[in-house]
Amino acid sequence: MQRPLKLFLTLIPLLAAAGWLTQTHADEYLLAVVCFAGINMILAVSLNLTNGFTGLFSLGHPAFMAIGGYATALLTFSLDKKPLFLPDLPAWMVPLHLPFFPALLVGGLLAALTAMVLGACVLRLKGHYLAVATMGFLIIVQVLLNNSEAITRGPLGLNGLEDYTNAWWVFGWALVTIYVCWKIKFSSLGRALLAMREDEMAAGALGVNLFYYRNFALTLGAFFAGIAGGLWAHLITAVTPGSFSLIMSFTIVVMVVVGGTGSITGSCLAAIFFTVIVEAFRPLEENFGIYGVGEIVTSLILISILVFRPGGIFGSHEPGVILGSNHTSKSVNPNSQGANP
Amino acid sequence: MDTAYILQQLLNGLILGAMYALVAIGFSMIYGIVRLINFAHGDIVMIGAFSTLFLMEKAGALSFPVIALVVLVIGSLTGMLIERTSFRPMRGAPQVTGFIASLGVSIMIQNLGILILSAQPRNFSFPSYMQTMIQAGPVSFRVVDLVILVSAVVLMVLLLLLVKKTRLGIAMRATAENLDVARLMGININRTIMATFAVGSGLAGMAGLMWGGKFGQIDPLMGYIPGLKSFVAAVIGGVGSIPGAILGGFILGICEIAFVGFLPPIYASYRDAFVFATLIIILIALPNGLLGKDMEERA
Repeated sequence: MQRPLKLFLTLIPLLAAAGWLTQTHADEYLLAVVCFAGINMILAVSLNLTNGFTGLFSLGHPAFMAIGGYATALLTFSLDKKPLFLPDLPAWMVPLHLPFFPALLVGGLLAALTAMVLGACVLRLKGHYLAVATMGFLIIVQVLLNNSEAITRGPLGLNGLEDYTNAWWVFGWALVTIYVCWKIKFSSLGRALLAMREDEMAAGALGVNLFYYRNFALTLGAFFAGIAGGLWAHLITAVTPGSFSLIMSFTIVVMVVVGGTGSITGSCLAAIFFTVIVEAFRPLEENFGIYGVGEIVTSLILISILVFRPGGIFGSHEPGVILGSNHTSKSVNPNSQGANP
Repeated sequence: MDTAYILQQLLNGLILGAMYALVAIGFSMIYGIVRLINFAHGDIVMIGAFSTLFLMEKAGALSFPVIALVVLVIGSLTGMLIERTSFRPMRGAPQVTGFIASLGVSIMIQNLGILILSAQPRNFSFPSYMQTMIQAGPVSFRVVDLVILVSAVVLMVLLLLLVKKTRLGIAMRATAENLDVARLMGININRTIMATFAVGSGLAGMAGLMWGGKFGQIDPLMGYIPGLKSFVAAVIGGVGSIPGAILGGFILGICEIAFVGFLPPIYASYRDAFVFATLIIILIALPNGLLGKDMEERA
């Protein structure tokens, strides 16, 4: 058996034990932080699929989260409360109700479908133009959420959701995300994506269907973002349009960039690190009334990384500890320095 | 809907467009010279607005033109500082790296603003003579509107003269054309790029002064949406082209006012969605904008 798979399989009982411990012994706050870290892992790893492997710089991840979050929230909303909270809901949406898991899947699939349509429109753009177009998409989604008051209650958002999300759900999905992305990275599909990132023209000449693979990367990333959105909504038991902002986009991008564009290990570690950073600064901000310190520190870390180590901590690699010595020769493009040309 | 209403809306659009244009010029110049979408550009608008506020509060004796000049200088200095600390160290890196960095700088400035100035919006009012209403035929406007429009146009003309006639302007255009060849011709690249940031950011600072005067309220996050919209304006005109940025600014301003002024009021809250949908459509259908040169990447 390959070493990464072995490690992955040992990771499952370890995480299960950790999940059990936090679920039974930790207080609410710690539990929430652990869940946030897990959700951030899903977000960072899935964005790494789009931004890191494929080099499609998307800032639209929170938009897909919002779609998944709102869809899941509406589907799991208790049928008794629906007429009260949402009196103007279109008639066909009123009787819709699903348990948590299928609702999450529907949320993810809706996000993926949106991404596919969006991708068909904007994926011919390159580099920072794509970034700006996806950011425009994020703002459009926010404006639509703010204005479709019949379905989303506008800026008030949907609150009073059931708190379905616990450490099990979060880490279950995190493991699925990591597994899928890992499998993709070390398959011919992943090689095609990385080849596109390194040199689009050469990849195209070698028979990589650029448009198809690009759209695939965006869509799969959006699927996991939608799932993460659903988990997130049921963790904080509310969704508001303002939550899915550019700041959130920025935070996820920072995790990918700092962890290493293309490195799954890097994204996971960075997701944990930045969740802790934000939480560590929160009491400071609230006690001393100095808001924004967490973001300032995050931006400083980002800029230093970009200046001194532009490929991120891990570059495009996975650390040798995980790959095992016999595997290093097969690891992806050892000379590649992440986003460097 | 009579002629007077249409003229009034057109004037409002021109005023809004003049401010967009001033910010868009900086976007376009900076993109033209270093191929960087400077996300932090909108936040210089915020810095300009707050500098004006403090200058008016603390040094009320200063006359308005002096304040405007100081704000221009503050904007320029901020731009130069950002260039020196954040963008110069990563010159030559892929374009997206600079973009992420500018996003970081933007978030940092916004949060420094919240930290130092608090997130509370503040009232911003020019002296009373600026608020006097003027009735000119069918349209009416305040003195401050006239000042915005006139000074914006004056600044644009000065800028075009700078770029077309002076040695610095020639150096800027040469660097934008081809950075490596310009360096070989003995142009001091670092100085030229810094001057571009200074000029563009100075204009953005002035736009902040105007924005505060026009809307009467400022807060540390005020630069975000105007900055983005000005970028849209720069894209409409063709990123990299200064006349394009001016044209794009006016077009965007007039279209936005028309969207709010002529459609039923229920659509008014969709104006930001309208602006960014326009952006996506233009990027796809007309990637070089109206006046831009072919910006396709060359191998």
